[in-house]
Amino acid sequence: MRHIFSKKNRALLAELVRTDFKLRYQGSILGYAWSLLRPLLIFVILYVVFVKFLKIGNDVPHFPVYLLLGIVMWNFFLEMTVQSLGSIVGRGDLIRKIRIPRWIIVLSSSISALINLFLNLVVVVIFLFINHVDLLQTTLYLPLILLEVYVFALGLSLFLSAAFVKYRDIGYIWEVILQAGFYLTPILYPLARITNLTFQKLIMINPMAQAIQDARYSAITHQSRTIYQVFEGGRYRVIPFAIVILVFLGGLTYFRKESKYFAENI
Amino acid sequence: MEDIAIKVDNVSKTFKLPREKNTSIKSAAINIFRARKGYDLQRALDDVSFEIKKGEFFGIVGKNGSGKSTLLKLLAGIYTPTKGSIQVNGKLTPFIELGVGFNAELTGRENVYLNGALLGFSRKEMQAMYKDIVEFAELKRFMDQKLKNYSSGMQVRLAFSIAIRAQSDILLIDEVLAVGDAAFQTKCYNYFYELKKKNTTVVFVSHDRGALERFCENGVLINDGEVVSSGPIQDVLKDYTSIVLDQLDSTQIKPAQNKDRKTSDYAKITNIEALDAKNQPKNKFNFGDEISVRFEIQVKHSMTNPVIGMTLWHKNTDTALFATNTLIESKSAGEYSKGDKIIFTSKLPRIINDGEYSIEPAIANDSATVFYDQVPGGTSFFVSGGNNPHSLLSDTSGSIIIEKKTRQYGED
Repeated sequence: MRHIFSKKNRALLAELVRTDFKLRYQGSILGYAWSLLRPLLIFVILYVVFVKFLKIGNDVPHFPVYLLLGIVMWNFFLEMTVQSLGSIVGRGDLIRKIRIPRWIIVLSSSISALINLFLNLVVVVIFLFINHVDLLQTTLYLPLILLEVYVFALGLSLFLSAAFVKYRDIGYIWEVILQAGFYLTPILYPLARITNLTFQKLIMINPMAQAIQDARYSAITHQSRTIYQVFEGGRYRVIPFAIVILVFLGGLTYFRKESKYFAENI
Repeated sequence: MEDIAIKVDNVSKTFKLPREKNTSIKSAAINIFRARKGYDLQRALDDVSFEIKKGEFFGIVGKNGSGKSTLLKLLAGIYTPTKGSIQVNGKLTPFIELGVGFNAELTGRENVYLNGALLGFSRKEMQAMYKDIVEFAELKRFMDQKLKNYSSGMQVRLAFSIAIRAQSDILLIDEVLAVGDAAFQTKCYNYFYELKKKNTTVVFVSHDRGALERFCENGVLINDGEVVSSGPIQDVLKDYTSIVLDQLDSTQIKPAQNKDRKTSDYAKITNIEALDAKNQPKNKFNFGDEISVRFEIQVKHSMTNPVIGMTLWHKNTDTALFATNTLIESKSAGEYSKGDKIIFTSKLPRIINDGEYSIEPAIANDSATVFYDQVPGGTSFFVSGGNNPHSLLSDTSGSIIIEKKTRQYGED
């Protein structure tokens, strides 16, 4: 594990991220703008259907921004895990022919997703101003919450990318899990709409649900229901954080074990 | 360990080859329940040990599928050995092929930077080298075009220009010289000579005997995953040749195609053989060996002074190299009647280089206008160990005269 961020590795990481960005929107007229347009368009659709048609979230202040932040965070999680999942197999040409640290490949796709997240957060900030949301002091916690999401997604990415080398089913399974996760996480609906407290607790064990709710609480409105409230300060509220740490360590261990054999298994 | 660059110690590598492609969880699960392994074990390398000294050119020789490339990948650290250990003393190039990571959708310039990063250069270092790289590759006009619009030769040139910037103590090269035109190969060779001068260690996998002999001091021969021979490259190459020849059994020696045997009721040629100096039939010879040809003719009709002879064919190029017969040598064969047997023997010139050859014996009437019997590809043999890959023949009898004239004062 020495020299993780040596000069060489940093240069390679930067070049891989740069290549990724150059290639991603090649041949499209709007190019990089799609990084912003895609989540915005999804947001508009969801906003029209859920807020205008179904009248969800009328009782939550600044619900459009509240919705947007949830979508942006979930999108980041989705993009990062999906891109990383195929990253090792997709870069088989490198892995079979050259000795580079394998984790750099996963890290480079995670950084591409991270850059997109920051671009999207700029849009969120613009919406904050449009909606005249008062700047909360607790916004300072937001980077920590995003770090938690990143570490969680990185652990999963390491596991998924290594497992995908051996079992191509992982791609389909992960797609289904993400779909289920999207609806089981309070992204479209306020958590308070679920009246059964046990269900609320079960939902909030998911680190993504906990993180999205905490982010909304700290940056948009204190009326967001957080894990602290759901468990009434009980010690079970640390479960999501424990999951994040376990997933990260588990993913890292599995990746390190498997990465020795990537070249022959791809 | 001071003067050793690479030490390979009892290295084995076993691959698990899935029986049916075991890349789905379902088949993995089924295989667990059936309690059987869903894969075959394939031993690519078995207990391989050798040492490479610092500053030497080291050749790895072997047939296709013998384990050479696996060995090279193990040296490069791309594969992990199943057993044993590899110690590397010095900085090793991480790649075994040129142009790794080249992306067809990127421009030449972008590919240079990406490839450089893969070799461990920072963007700044690459910027400093960029001009030299482009100049060496002679691709200045094309650098802003996408790589997919490059010819394969241009891609190799670009890749090579970047690769030679990699400052390592030990270089791994796998069949690089198979690509590129003559001018590019010359560039490669010049680069190798420079490496030799700089005392860089080079591990070189190739089928090109000439290049191996020219550059390498020592080498190993890998066959079926085992080290069969190691030591000075000439000895290793000799062993390699005999392995290749041993595996060419007689069934692989095919008669020449497109030419049919011309037969008649007058005579039949049998027992065509190539013989060594002790008159033993053989089908493998070393360059310079005495080779003679013998065949028998069963006479089925009376004849006077038939023309008997043979043609030597070079099989790879389907070229008639040499011919002789009784007419050319002004020998009269004599008179024969039904039931007689003729035995023909002739020496071949000792100037035949490496290759596969066949003998076409024939018997014809006294003016060589009607063929009684002619057997294309009557027998075949190999010649190996020649040092002159430039021609089919080389005469070592020595007719070259070199005169040296020292420059005199007053001349200019």
